[in-house]
Amino acid sequence: MTSEYMKQDLYYFFPELVLIGTIFILFLADFFVGNKNKAVYPFFAFLGFVGMMVANHSSAFLPPASLFSNMVTVDGMGRFFKYLFGFSGLLGIILSSKSPEVEKTDTASYFTLLTALVLGMMLLATANHLLMIYLALEMVSVLSYILTGSVRGSRRSSEAALKYVIYGGVASGIMAYGISLLYGLTGTMSLPEIAVFLKTHAVSRPVLYMSVLMMMAGFGYKIASFPFHMWCPDVYEGAPTPFTAFLSVGPKAAGFAILIRFFIVAMSQQTETGYMAIKPIGWPVLLGALSIATMTVGNLAALQQTNMKRLLAYSSIAHAGYMLMGFAALNGEALTAILFYMSVYVIMNIGAFLVVIIISNQLGSEDINAFKGLSRRGGMGILLSLAMTIFLLSLTGIPPMAGFIGKFYLFGAVMKSGLYGLALAGVLNSVVSLYYYIRVVKLMFFDPLSEEERVQKNLGMPILSHSCLVCVLAFLTLYLGLFWNQLAQLTLKSTVLHF
Amino acid sequence: MFPYLSFMTFWPLFGALLIAFVPKGKDSWVRWTALLTTLPPLVAAVKLFYLFDRSVSGMQFVEGPFPWIKLFHIDYFMGADGLSISMILLTALVCTVAILASWGIEKSVKAYFALFLLLDAGMMGVFSALDFFLFYVFWEVMLLPMYFLIGIWGGPRREYAAIKFFLYTLAGSVLMLLVMLAFYFYSDGHVFNLLTLADQSKHLGPLTATHFRYLCWLGLFIGFAIKVPIVPFHTWLPDAHVEAPTAISVVLAAVLLKMGTYGILRICFPLLPDATVHFANLMAALGMINIVYGALCAMAQKDFKRLIAYSSVSHMGFCLLGMASLTPEGLNGAVLQMFNHGTITAMLFLLVGVVYDRAHHREINGFGGLAQVMPRYATITTFAFFAALGLPGLSGFVSEVLCFLGGFKTFRLYTIVSVSGVVLTAAYMLWTFQRVFLGSLNEKYKNILEINTREVISLVPFMIIILVAGFYPKIVIDLMSSSMAALSQSFDSFHLAGL
Repeated sequence: MTSEYMKQDLYYFFPELVLIGTIFILFLADFFVGNKNKAVYPFFAFLGFVGMMVANHSSAFLPPASLFSNMVTVDGMGRFFKYLFGFSGLLGIILSSKSPEVEKTDTASYFTLLTALVLGMMLLATANHLLMIYLALEMVSVLSYILTGSVRGSRRSSEAALKYVIYGGVASGIMAYGISLLYGLTGTMSLPEIAVFLKTHAVSRPVLYMSVLMMMAGFGYKIASFPFHMWCPDVYEGAPTPFTAFLSVGPKAAGFAILIRFFIVAMSQQTETGYMAIKPIGWPVLLGALSIATMTVGNLAALQQTNMKRLLAYSSIAHAGYMLMGFAALNGEALTAILFYMSVYVIMNIGAFLVVIIISNQLGSEDINAFKGLSRRGGMGILLSLAMTIFLLSLTGIPPMAGFIGKFYLFGAVMKSGLYGLALAGVLNSVVSLYYYIRVVKLMFFDPLSEEERVQKNLGMPILSHSCLVCVLAFLTLYLGLFWNQLAQLTLKSTVLHF
Repeated sequence: MFPYLSFMTFWPLFGALLIAFVPKGKDSWVRWTALLTTLPPLVAAVKLFYLFDRSVSGMQFVEGPFPWIKLFHIDYFMGADGLSISMILLTALVCTVAILASWGIEKSVKAYFALFLLLDAGMMGVFSALDFFLFYVFWEVMLLPMYFLIGIWGGPRREYAAIKFFLYTLAGSVLMLLVMLAFYFYSDGHVFNLLTLADQSKHLGPLTATHFRYLCWLGLFIGFAIKVPIVPFHTWLPDAHVEAPTAISVVLAAVLLKMGTYGILRICFPLLPDATVHFANLMAALGMINIVYGALCAMAQKDFKRLIAYSSVSHMGFCLLGMASLTPEGLNGAVLQMFNHGTITAMLFLLVGVVYDRAHHREINGFGGLAQVMPRYATITTFAFFAALGLPGLSGFVSEVLCFLGGFKTFRLYTIVSVSGVVLTAAYMLWTFQRVFLGSLNEKYKNILEINTREVISLVPFMIIILVAGFYPKIVIDLMSSSMAALSQSFDSFHLAGL
């Protein structure tokens, strides 16, 4: 490895370097400023993410490449996900700064770890090597454990973190075993080389199946799909809500990124219409079955929930199920659909969580009944009710919201590949999901405020940045529901994988 | 040329925006703004009535196709032909009258009228849209305002009725979504354009396989059948109608139900003619069941509004029977029945509203001898009831006769059984009239208020139309005859096995 290669690799690695620089600045800030001025940390983290996205944009002119002896790639899809992670990170920072729950953590380390988490997500999305996948996955997971349990003195937070650690540890362990099996079969850990090997050599089918299943344990745990979804409701409920909001979109997007990369690069070959699984394994069928199971479990369980965070957790599980449909379909449209859905999902899910954060800050409850009569609580109440309605209906998939377009895209890809049963399961699940989403809308608009609730009629002023962000996200959801051509074009261009 | 259709669709949205800016407490301003907002589309509707070229069977007042989402070839494409022009005129009139009928709403007046205008826009859009995606967006956009309008301003069981309506209609809509996607992917050039899709040579791939086409037709049919409503998908209707406030019941019955049959005629018939011919028998049978079962159910009702709701089910059966015959008489009769039933049922629901406003109940047996104290009201009700049962000289007779003429040609048995529906309708209508208006005066209502001027003004336009269309139906039939003749001709090449 000559210094020339090293220099070139570092040049490509610029976005990540910006984030590493930000982490160092945050360390230094903790050393010099400490807890005297807590606003410093979100400020620097924000700048860091903006800088990363700018660096990412300027890398658009570079050709795709593999870095660090094929550990990491730089390509269209990687660039898209880095934008998405930067955007999620920015939203996460806005949600977390000045939040009462985050005030109870060690703010300096919270923001530093959040930045490092995004760095881990970026490495995961661009990993081209089994070991890199494992490393990045662990980085994302361990940082998530810490951030989940970061609320000092909260039993709920610590319990959630412990459940997360145990579950994640087992899942990662199983995935490591799967990696070792795959390495044993193919003799290489690099994803493109695995594909080449599988195409040209006959390998033992049961062992290959086992290794893929075990790797799915790790990936499935990250995206919270059935049957690795059990940690999701408890962790979402226990973690500080701003971090839950970030957790529901960021690491999930990273999980999907690596899922795409692993299966498309290592396990399939390109055809004219899209991709085809390499012969011995029918992993599209596996993922299709997981998709149906995940959607159904998520939606049915959400029907019973009374805690908003748990409801949104199960809804996240269901949405992971919808996105898994794309993997069963396996054509160009499917990849574009997954990327598009991921983008609108970030906007609408963080929007929904943001309203939950505002309500829990102002009214002190995460229960679904805290939303009762929200539309009668003055101007702020009406604004929040309208915004929440937009987000929830977008999650259901009703026009003219962006969520509908995402579902439209996904169902289109599935219909194109002729999997009509899967599409039917998907749409019926959407109808079921309406019931629990509309329950919140019903509480906000239909139910009157009881006498005790009327005492605290006025919501008070939420944090300014939160109110502004709610408006922005609601507007984006509506705008992207009507004028989504540009985003669609962007995702279409981003389905380029380099290997 | 002035874009009449877009104007009529988007002007109510502008009105809804204006209403949002009306200062708090000025409820009468809101009402007058809403009323004045619906007047320009009404004027435009009258203009369209004069401008419409009755000899042309194709699309008129065409706007577009303007590219909207270039990536998916989704265009903004609006137009009206014989099928939709009568519906557009009906919608414009019904919306204005419904605003008049909503004058008595006291709770959250701004929200009510804003939602109503949103609904108005959606309805206009559905009838004018010529791009399948645009049609679908407008179709779904109507669901949410309807949910709120029933759920907030409705009767005692309003929340149940509203969620039932929403879930049921959404389930139908998503089936339509899947078929829409199938048409997109398996059409030459990937289009959503309804006119292009009607060209059978543009269907490729699985869309040329008979059984797939039958499945698509059934998917679309079920989606529209829920709206019509066709037995056994009608169970949402009685609840929604009874619990909705008067004006919303009027809009629901007069316009929303017609969208189901409109959808079948606009989409199922031209795009899948062979499947239509195959299922014509089924349609006619369902029409017959609707007519007879609906009438029998109506006869059993004790609630005045529920009775009229079931009579709507029954009258929509005539449309089905006429449509299934695929003859010019039948098709003309079906569309004419859609128009006539719109006017008649609007009157019926308005009249129920009159007595409900005064007595605060709708028990048929709770009234008696009202003709003695409310002679004007009794006269108008007589007119409406006779129109509903198809008295010659009033418009209902003409459309029913045309449906039977068409139906008898192809479905002798179904038509013969359906004619008994006329007798049943007369039975329950006259019996209801006798229980409510004739006989000895119920002492409770000795001093009941006579029908007032505002209510009479809302009824008079319908009375004029019903009378004129009854004596000189050419005025209305001319609008639709060219298009329906062309539609019927397109089925000539298919052999229709009749019963």
